[in-house]
Amino acid sequence: MTDAGPLRVRGWWLAVAAGSVVLAAAVGLLVGPAALAPTTVLRALLDGLPFVDVDGVSARDAAIVWDLRLPRVVLALLVGAMLSLCGGAYQGAFRNALADPYLLGVAAGAGLGATLALTGGAGSASALVPLAAFLGAIAAVVLTYSVGAAGDRLRSPASLVLAGVAVASFLTANQTFVQQRNSETIREVYSWILGRLSGARWADVALLAPYALLTAVALLAHRRQLDVLGVGDDEASTLGLDPRRTRLLVVVAASLGTAAAVSVSGLIGFVGIIVPHTVRLLFGASYRVILPLSLLFGATFLCLADLAARTALSPAEVPIGVVTAMVGAPFFVLVLRTSRVPG
Amino acid sequence: MRRTASALALAALVVLAACGDDDGGAAAPTTAAPTTAAPATAPATTAAPTTTAAAFPVTVEGANGTVTLDERPDAIVSLSPTATEMLFAIGAGPQVVAVDDQSTFPDDAPRTDLTGLEPNLEAIAAYEPDLVVVSNDIRGVLDGLASLDIPALLLPAAADLDGTYEQLEVLGAATGNADGAAELVASMQTEIDELVASAPDTPEALTYFHELDPTLYTATSGTFIGQVYALAGLENVGDAADDGSGYPQLSAEFLVAADPDLIFLADTKCCGESAATVAARPGWAELTAVQAGNVVELDDDVASRWGPRVVEFLAAVVAAMEATAG
Repeated sequence: MTDAGPLRVRGWWLAVAAGSVVLAAAVGLLVGPAALAPTTVLRALLDGLPFVDVDGVSARDAAIVWDLRLPRVVLALLVGAMLSLCGGAYQGAFRNALADPYLLGVAAGAGLGATLALTGGAGSASALVPLAAFLGAIAAVVLTYSVGAAGDRLRSPASLVLAGVAVASFLTANQTFVQQRNSETIREVYSWILGRLSGARWADVALLAPYALLTAVALLAHRRQLDVLGVGDDEASTLGLDPRRTRLLVVVAASLGTAAAVSVSGLIGFVGIIVPHTVRLLFGASYRVILPLSLLFGATFLCLADLAARTALSPAEVPIGVVTAMVGAPFFVLVLRTSRVPG
Repeated sequence: MRRTASALALAALVVLAACGDDDGGAAAPTTAAPTTAAPATAPATTAAPTTTAAAFPVTVEGANGTVTLDERPDAIVSLSPTATEMLFAIGAGPQVVAVDDQSTFPDDAPRTDLTGLEPNLEAIAAYEPDLVVVSNDIRGVLDGLASLDIPALLLPAAADLDGTYEQLEVLGAATGNADGAAELVASMQTEIDELVASAPDTPEALTYFHELDPTLYTATSGTFIGQVYALAGLENVGDAADDGSGYPQLSAEFLVAADPDLIFLADTKCCGESAATVAARPGWAELTAVQAGNVVELDDDVASRWGPRVVEFLAAVVAAMEATAG
């Protein structure tokens, strides 16, 4: 494969991917359980902008568009982008097609953190819950890394993956124990673990955005190194790359982004596996293509999945995790069957 | 411990027997099943029920079928918070030796580490119960109890008030407190009728939202909770989202658009929600109920159990309607 191939593909598809994000966001804004006419949404949207005043926008319509629908669309875009990008990065760093953003115990750690906060008396709207989830996720990855590194000094990424399995099991067991001992908060814990965008607030967006930016910049800057890492640690070393250092950097950045996403949205499965693989199957195995396209298509995917979650049974909500799995998995199988698997 | 319980039970027996004399030993409960109740669900009592031990053996009908009690139980274990409230309300409290960790009412119920969510047969058997009451048959607990020859009653969430009355009467018959149960049912019916009659009439039915948790899970009119509101003449905005479960999750923007007249919070204890916390939610400041102060903080337990305190629940609903209707 020459260099020009994936790059040219990328240029063309980047525009398509960016367009899909804009389109998904627009549909997400215009459609919702509160039956607002598209013109009403647009007028309320304009009215909320600084220095713009549109007559006849009711306070309630403005609240629906600006306080409920817009933050939810933005959060879905950000979370989808993060989970897909980080999933792709993990798959590269570990040369493991089954790696997902929760590989190193992020989900279990975040789950334990959130459960501790919820059973400790923090209401589910409390800012303590995302903070505890974030700290739990980071602690889990640090634990996994120190356990995995103690094993065989990171000579193979497999030891890290195994350490992740052990840490995740251990933390999940603790989480289940705490949850069972506090059955009065069981519903809140479950609703957190199932993943949700339904309560999205601007505060969540503000919490996630800086990490999302940092993670995106760091990972996109390492997309070439991930390609080199793909040939194997020893070979990568001979090409002048320090595989451990690169892996550490990528894992730290991806874990940070995943932890931030999980802390505001709970555990939303499948996105981190399905989107990067779909991109890989359609556009080739180079991380120079996979990472940016995963970021964009991930945002589109989760935004549309969330649209389905809030409109399929409107005005009832469907858990977002159910939608991502129910729509995502068959779609992924379709892509798998209709594409030539590279390599 | 058991000795004390037995002594208490004996004392209660004497007292109740004395009460029973006034009634001349009430006949089969007449309050059950007004017109339409299926015979299968009506409490069936074989022996002429009186409140004395002489009434036993007695056969009652739970959701798990026919249960026969040879003697008046005096070591009852309840793994259902609602059943605990019922037992104490009908006068069977002294016969209860252990209740589960969620049985928060009444205060003097003998709370233990037992849990109805993860029932542990050995832990239950350790109390040497002669009757176990559960609201869910989790992990085959009923089969397990049957294999230990421990009589067990399954009394699941009632579908409506008649279901509550039936369960009270079943427990009354099963524990030798038929009179206490009949009296309680009669007084509940009277109080509920009075409350319903006193509910304000508005030109248009007031609408409401019943919040089960901060993620906006609610109960539709098809549920026990929803029927209590319907008695008072309220209209449920959550019915639009009925997904068959009876407990759908509402979209926040739908709720803001629906703008209910009244908001009832049944998540004040579990989740610390209050009129102040919901007013701070995005978009909620625009709600009429928030602006007019018609957000009602309920007791989670009172508003989720199908026991005797449903009267308190209805009273809170009617009081809120009066405040709203002005």
